[in-house]
Amino acid sequence: MTAASTASAEVLIPSSPSEAIEAFGDGDGIVVIGGGTILMPEIVAGRLVPERALLLSRAGLDAIIREGGTVRIGAGTTLEAVAAEAPEPLATAARQLADPEVRRQATLGGNISTISDGDLQAVLLALDATVRHTGSGGERTEPVASYLRRFGGDDERLALEFGFDEPEAGSYTRLDRPHAHPYTYMAVTAVRAGSATKVAAKGASPGCSRLPAVEQALADGASPEDAAARALDDAEPFDDALASAWYRSRVLPTLVARALADL
Amino acid sequence: MRLMVNGAEQEVDSGPLASLLHVLREELDITSPKAGCQQGGCGACTVLVDGKPQRSCLTPLASVEGAMITTVEGLGDAGELTAVQQAFYAKYGAQCGYCTSGMMLAATALIDATNGDGVTRQEIEEVMGGHLCRCTGYVKIIEAVEAASRGETFDLEELRRAGTAGGEETMILDTGGQS
Ligand SMILES: Cc1cc2nc3c(=O)[nH]c(=O)nc-3n(C[C@H](O)[C@H](O)[C@H](O)COP(=O)(O)OP(=O)(O)OC[C@H]3O[C@@H](n4cnc5c(N)ncnc54)[C@H](O)[C@@H]3O)c2cc1C
Ligand code: FES
Ligand code: FES
Repeated sequence: MTAASTASAEVLIPSSPSEAIEAFGDGDGIVVIGGGTILMPEIVAGRLVPERALLLSRAGLDAIIREGGTVRIGAGTTLEAVAAEAPEPLATAARQLADPEVRRQATLGGNISTISDGDLQAVLLALDATVRHTGSGGERTEPVASYLRRFGGDDERLALEFGFDEPEAGSYTRLDRPHAHPYTYMAVTAVRAGSATKVAAKGASPGCSRLPAVEQALADGASPEDAAARALDDAEPFDDALASAWYRSRVLPTLVARALADL
Repeated sequence: MRLMVNGAEQEVDSGPLASLLHVLREELDITSPKAGCQQGGCGACTVLVDGKPQRSCLTPLASVEGAMITTVEGLGDAGELTAVQQAFYAKYGAQCGYCTSGMMLAATALIDATNGDGVTRQEIEEVMGGHLCRCTGYVKIIEAVEAASRGETFDLEELRRAGTAGGEETMILDTGGQS
């Protein structure tokens, strides 16, 4: 591990996963930098002044392993690699995010760990993914849904690896604004695994969430159109700068129907 | 910390979390990477890191120790414009020039990756879609990249002469080294 130090910041640059885990410790007072595509503008503008930072770019947390029907993706894997090598619908979702230069730098761990609703959070929810992470009390593995609920708390964690079963089929449908860098304001992911279909949305409610009423309707034998009509049962459409609650509530069932049709 | 910029080793004093953009412009006086949005959204600051285009405003200095950084100042041989630079000039791919160095570096990396096979319009739009230009309307830029990817070269002296034909001078700005 190398450590670069100035009066203002000590930056730890681990060269293996075990060094990263040791350097992170209980996470107290340390800022994790994946690709830095969210954090760097904060640091440059002086809104975030880390005293200690952990730079993951050389930590070797970037393997994508697909074997025996399961998928494991290191938290430091770039979105360029996810777009090229991950199964659907994760690859398509990653490919539609930002632009090639940002994707080459941005990591999956950063997208899932950002409080500002990374587009891939809902995709991992639909995939029923787990995350192995470390921090106070050591390593543990839990559903991504629980990891996301931690936001706002003070339990700092270092995500190490995401895991999920290789799905039978998956689809991803999103709305874009006419601009080179749209964060989508609404996207729906559908995944078929065994006899179950799982559906999750970004932009239906604040944060990302599954749509259990749609899933239940499908399990009960409803047609994709009828199931999609249940999308609002679990949504709390909201107003923000990108779309009004009124618009979201009208678009959501259509996107769910499209995602189910594409499965 | 030591940094390799345009083939020369540089010793820099900025902190490890300073952006590469800041180090290039403020410490090394290399002003072709522009500080546009400084949020990753415009591509004006793009440089090549080990031959691949990367937003220097999003890049912490500590992450590029040992890497080869290239800015447009380091393209081609001294006094000679590369095919991409010639094409941007000849095809009017640059107006105010603010986006131009990022555009040219992204185009250079794209063309290098195709080993002279030419690039499609779709590939150019995909790879350079994150680069914003407020002047050209993009058409001229795309035509310039297509021309460079086909290996077209231009007689710039001839173009300059043609530009002054009929007494009308082509506006060639002498910035006196300012940027
Ligand atoms: C021009 C532009 C366009 C963008 N468009 C989109 C878009 O369309 N959709 C979208 O979702 N995002 C978008 N982004 C945001 C960003 O690029 C992605 O969300 C990216 O995946 C973030 O990853 P990162 O590694 O760069 O995050 P970082 O900036 O490194 O970190 C983000 C947060 O995650 C934490 N973190 C990082 N890695 C870990 C880890 N392993 N364990 C624990 N915490 C960690 C950091 O501490 C920080 O809080 C865009 C960014 C730019 C600059
Ligand atoms: S200044 Fe870096 S992308 Fe705009
Ligand atoms: S030439 Fe002015 S921004 Fe592109």
